[in-house]
Amino acid sequence: MNPNGQNAETRDGCAAKLDVCGLDLYYADFQALKNIDFRLARHEVAALIGPSGCGKSTFIRVLNRMNDLIPSCRVSGKVMLDGEDIYGAMDVTELRSRVGMVFQKPNPFAMSVFDNVAYGKRMRGLRDKRQLAEVVEVSLTKAALWDEVKDRLKKSALSLSGGQQQRLCIARSIAMQPEIILMDEPTSALDPIATGRIEELIGELKKDYSIIIVTHAMHQASRVSDRTAFFLLGELIEFGDTREVFTNPVDKRTEDYISGRFG
Amino acid sequence: MKKRVFLDGLLYGIMALSLCGVIAVLGYILVYIFRQAAGSLSFGFIFRSAREGGILPMVVTTLYVVVVSIAISLPVGIGTAVFLTEYSGNSSLVRILRVAIETLAGIPSIIYGLFGLLMFCRFLGFGQSIIAGAFTLSIMILPVIIRTTEEALKSVPVSFREGSLSLGTTKSQTIFHVVLPSALGGIVTSAILAIGRVVGESAPVLLTVGLSRNIPRTVFESGRTLTIHLYYLTNEAVNPDDFGIAFATAGTLVMVVVAINTLTKILTRKFKNSQGDAS
Ligand SMILES: Nc1ncnc2c1ncn2[C@@H]1O[C@H](COP(=O)(O)OP(=O)(O)OP(=O)(O)O)[C@@H](O)[C@H]1O
Ligand SMILES: [Mg+2]
Repeated sequence: MNPNGQNAETRDGCAAKLDVCGLDLYYADFQALKNIDFRLARHEVAALIGPSGCGKSTFIRVLNRMNDLIPSCRVSGKVMLDGEDIYGAMDVTELRSRVGMVFQKPNPFAMSVFDNVAYGKRMRGLRDKRQLAEVVEVSLTKAALWDEVKDRLKKSALSLSGGQQQRLCIARSIAMQPEIILMDEPTSALDPIATGRIEELIGELKKDYSIIIVTHAMHQASRVSDRTAFFLLGELIEFGDTREVFTNPVDKRTEDYISGRFG
Repeated sequence: MKKRVFLDGLLYGIMALSLCGVIAVLGYILVYIFRQAAGSLSFGFIFRSAREGGILPMVVTTLYVVVVSIAISLPVGIGTAVFLTEYSGNSSLVRILRVAIETLAGIPSIIYGLFGLLMFCRFLGFGQSIIAGAFTLSIMILPVIIRTTEEALKSVPVSFREGSLSLGTTKSQTIFHVVLPSALGGIVTSAILAIGRVVGESAPVLLTVGLSRNIPRTVFESGRTLTIHLYYLTNEAVNPDDFGIAFATAGTLVMVVVAINTLTKILTRKFKNSQGDAS
């Protein structure tokens, strides 16, 4: 049922799901990312932490080429998804359907709940009503939202609460059956209860997807992630097992940041 | 402290007064028109031909002119606005184009009339006809439609576009399925403004559509819009009865405009509901 399962099997020969190598990124003259090396394994959750403006959002926006929208932005280095260069021959719409994204502020479209989730598949040419309904139900279930909205699929998505909207956005990207989900501070606009639900959800989603989550909350990083990356001024300072990074960081700057001495 | 509270109250008072003033003037005009029209305005007046003392031909001509000019200018205007905001970037050519559009918006309508007369009536051989007038008026209202649509498109949050693109949709899919529907409110406003201008225009219409009092059967015939008719009635009015008829025509004109705008709004709401928008 889930084509990702198939992909995972046929492509298992490849070591990493995602492999970033020597990545530099410039906004006009300003270098926002400096020589980044980053690897993500299958079914792994990586947390990105670091002070404001250090390039976390910029980095994950490289991974689905959302930075293409910014004219001044230039990228060099290699970003390989399953061994394929995403800046090479790969079609950008294809890339984005394989690497989904959830934004800081929930941004459901001004459409019904159903249409929001079905949107991506429809745009990819799926017209069959039964299949669409199935995609919507499966995605909403995986996003832990189905029970709350199953009676109001026709209602506007904008009438949902903030937390529900964010889970809807997660469902919307799950519907594309992506391989990686990028989340940019997905809970920063939510209350603690809604945040807790999303964190639980990440634990569930990990079974099917690789996830990269940007967060400012240390405890969130330590709760949900397997590995943690610490960014500072456009550099990837440290990237290792979450427990290691938090209890026994290699770099002094990581330790300072985690213990709240700057940032 | 006292002073701030006082100032606050004063400002509130001024604003409330302005609002009352606006409502009073509008209300007075409407009441005045319909009181003056009371003796002449009737169902028969609106739906009888000119020979029977009615103004049906003018109503039909007006509707024709409005529908045809909007049908021409709305797609062209929206297309231009989408291209300018979404595709063209900010090259110097585009900046020149923007200035040109703004200039077009400021040209007096009689000049459009003159152009239309020579271009559509004479050169293209349409003669004085609804289609010639509609083309002329379309060009005249294009700048309005382009500018308001551009504003509407710009006000659609970036997050909508990003949300759509991040799902692997193409740029045009994003524009047609997310951006344009979200900008619909502003686009409808632009259409309503444009309709208002078309209905109210006299000089270019007189030059291009003409004066015929027959009910036009096709858009290639000449006709007389309500506004032109009203102009002639007022010009030629001598006794109170004539003024009654002029005011009845004015009342009809007001009702036609209100009817078109209401219909536009209803259609928009229908469309939005089919999109699942809560409103
Ligand atoms: N479109 C842009 N044009 C120019 N510079 C930019 C642009 N976007 C980001 N930057 C710069 O790049 C750097 C990294 O920004 P980025 O948004 O990636 O930081 P961040 O780590 O996500 O911060 P935050 O935690 O506040 O979200 C900042 O110095 C920022 O000013
Ligand atoms: Mg950020």
